[in-house]
Amino acid sequence: MKFKITRDALVPIASVLVALAIGAILIAAQGHSPMQAYHVLIVKGFQSTSGLQATLSKAGILIISGLAITFGLRAGLFNIGAQGQVLSGALAFTYIGYRLHGIPMWIHIPIALIFGAACGALVGGFAGFLKATRGVHEVISTIMLNSIMAAIVDYLTQNQFRLQGQPNTRTPDILHSARLPHIFGYPTGFIIAVLLAIVINWVFKRTTIGFELDTVGRNRSASWYAGISVKKSIVLGMLVSGAIAGFTGGMFSSETTGYFVPAFYSGIGFDGITIALLGRANPIALIPGAIFIGGMRSAQSAIQFEAGVSPDIINLLLALVLFFATAPFLAKLIKSNAKTLTTTSGWGS
Amino acid sequence: MEALLRIEHLSKSFPGVKANDDISIEVHKGEIVALLGENGAGKSTLVKSVFGLVKPDSGTITIKGEEIEPGDTAAAIRHGVGMVHQHFQLVPVMSVVENIILGDEPHKGVFVTKKAAREEVIALSARYGLEVDPDAFVEDLPVGIQQRIEILKALRKDIDLLILDEPSAVLTPHEIDELLEVIRKLAASGVGILFITHKLHEVMAVADRVVVLRNGKLVGTTTPKETNEEGLAQMMVGRNVVLSVEKGPARAKEVALEIKDLSVKDDRHLDAVTHFSLEVRAGEILGIAGVEGNGQRELVEAICGMRHRQTGTVKVSGKESPDMDPRGVHLMGVSHIPEDREKDGLVSSYSIADNLTLNQFNLKPFSVKGIRDFNARDEYADRLVKEFDIRTPSFQNSASSLSGGNKQKVVVARELTQNSHVIVASQPTRGVDVGSIEFIHKQLISARDGGAAVLLVSAELDEILSLSDRIAVMFGGKIVAIIDGQDADRQYVGRLMAGLSG
Repeated sequence: MKFKITRDALVPIASVLVALAIGAILIAAQGHSPMQAYHVLIVKGFQSTSGLQATLSKAGILIISGLAITFGLRAGLFNIGAQGQVLSGALAFTYIGYRLHGIPMWIHIPIALIFGAACGALVGGFAGFLKATRGVHEVISTIMLNSIMAAIVDYLTQNQFRLQGQPNTRTPDILHSARLPHIFGYPTGFIIAVLLAIVINWVFKRTTIGFELDTVGRNRSASWYAGISVKKSIVLGMLVSGAIAGFTGGMFSSETTGYFVPAFYSGIGFDGITIALLGRANPIALIPGAIFIGGMRSAQSAIQFEAGVSPDIINLLLALVLFFATAPFLAKLIKSNAKTLTTTSGWGS
Repeated sequence: MEALLRIEHLSKSFPGVKANDDISIEVHKGEIVALLGENGAGKSTLVKSVFGLVKPDSGTITIKGEEIEPGDTAAAIRHGVGMVHQHFQLVPVMSVVENIILGDEPHKGVFVTKKAAREEVIALSARYGLEVDPDAFVEDLPVGIQQRIEILKALRKDIDLLILDEPSAVLTPHEIDELLEVIRKLAASGVGILFITHKLHEVMAVADRVVVLRNGKLVGTTTPKETNEEGLAQMMVGRNVVLSVEKGPARAKEVALEIKDLSVKDDRHLDAVTHFSLEVRAGEILGIAGVEGNGQRELVEAICGMRHRQTGTVKVSGKESPDMDPRGVHLMGVSHIPEDREKDGLVSSYSIADNLTLNQFNLKPFSVKGIRDFNARDEYADRLVKEFDIRTPSFQNSASSLSGGNKQKVVVARELTQNSHVIVASQPTRGVDVGSIEFIHKQLISARDGGAAVLLVSAELDEILSLSDRIAVMFGGKIVAIIDGQDADRQYVGRLMAGLSG
């Protein structure tokens, strides 16, 4: 068992090292110093207090969106359209966040977060319902729901939820009572994210519901044989995945943006896919990857100012890491899905 | 005379296992050599080495006097080696001709010359006397014919040596007879045959020579003339094996499973079971004999709540069981050994312990109020691994690490330890070695003697005949006859299975 864990960790670590090596060559080719660029990356991403605060804030969001994808993956569902659920959760949180006056923070934040999660759950759960009842593949339906949700939040932001008397389209500011506080300057969201990861890990490890979802994710026909309702699990898996994605949108609004503009949220749902794949669909194992990517992101602008390297190098590095780290895992995922489609029915085993 | 195939001192290790240990074998022109051994004895590894799919650690493989490059399939094919795999590699939606020419199509420029291909296939099938309809689509053909296509595919490459990996595992008794005839014909035309099997009567019927492997070692070479089935079984397992099942008379009591007017559709929504009625009593084994594909699978799934019942009822101990609710049926005391253990019976990435509780994880003592109790699970797993002699270093290991026979023991252990009223056992010994077959048969009989009603479905007529107290013959989704197990005649049952009236 131990052997397996170390070997699983080896691939992501090796991917990072190889990506950094390739990045170094590219930076050098542009006539800059890779050593200096990476030095800036480490200092601004992880060493300086302000850098670390920014990193952890970003990491918190990445962890939760990674958890959303992970939850689906464990039940055998690829929630590729988490972005739409993030948007719906974000707007729902923002609405409750600026609309409900005069209630204390410890009530306001949970209510708004739950409302955001519920909206995400509605969108994800709908995709699950379509799959369970009509056999619509969740990759197709969630991508389509992405566009639908993008249009809906756009419409609402331009009309009902718009802050009047402003040239740019945006919602009113979220009230102070719905903004997540920092603890000694460090983001609360990161702590919430880690706690959520621990809870989800426990759900899959110790609860019968988690075991059912996990079993459905590994072998649907054996699940049905063993008396697990596959349809119920599909709906539940997408519902919770969507709820976590909606929660991500809410938390990002609360901690970072402070009001809603759709463009703020671009990429969050997709980052979740990266994180989940780096963590091999394990709720705890995705945390280091999220912190690493959060660090790269928070150092992105500094790398241009202080080392003169184009900030695009960060995107390139992330893409390389993702490529090396997930290619084998993805291939395995696709292969196991394709198993049911191969050639003639042989003799079982 | 120079041997067609000569394997010398071949060894191959995988992590933790010595799959082949210093094996030397020869196959001559026109000779039929059977490679016999239990699951995990190293038969597949050996033939895969010959075909270049596995690279041996040491040793040499010589074909017609030329040593071939190890681990190179292309070289093996160049030297005239053909292999029919256990899992067919056919494209179901393509025709027979298209499947046979696939990968090496006769062509003019970039166009496939379909007419030439068709003629080539017809000539090929005539040359070896292997009849096929060249224009039929593979998905419409029975398994036996699909296998024939695989053989033709191999023969098209002008081979001298044909390797068959468990060719009879999915065939009906009649198809097996045809296969054996094909093997004889091919040998008569000069092709050397190396085939893997663990069915002893096939070996006795067709082999010129038998090579027996055990735990990766060659334990002996013999001929059917020098030995008998008991002798072969003993060589395989390394101890005395009782092939005939010992059982006392059944003490049948009240009806435990009552199926009335049951109709079920198959995956293509065609009628698979039509107005089927049957009663199984506590304390008896009722065997369902029949050629595969006559509705047995759909029947079993409908009984166990896995497939929708179009009409009719299934009663367990007098109470009606729910439709489309496997958990509900299970809770009424029905155990189910599914015909496809890999697909339905096991989650191969789960531990043996999780698999042993796969349909009980939500019940006490394995979980309390939705929280799983791993101590209870592990104690239970530890006990079952010992009781059912599941060969594994630990019950924490994944089910995928087990051999076929031991995987089946996991399923059997899980299903027979629950004190069920009704046991539905579908192909309980498919792809399982002789030693495990004996064990599983004993377990089914002791479940019967313990008062369970056992519904046994098997494509192995011998298994049905040796275990059943009563035999129901199924054909075209219906029961055509119910006969007493005691005086069932093999020929008679065989004719009923084929749809002939006695």
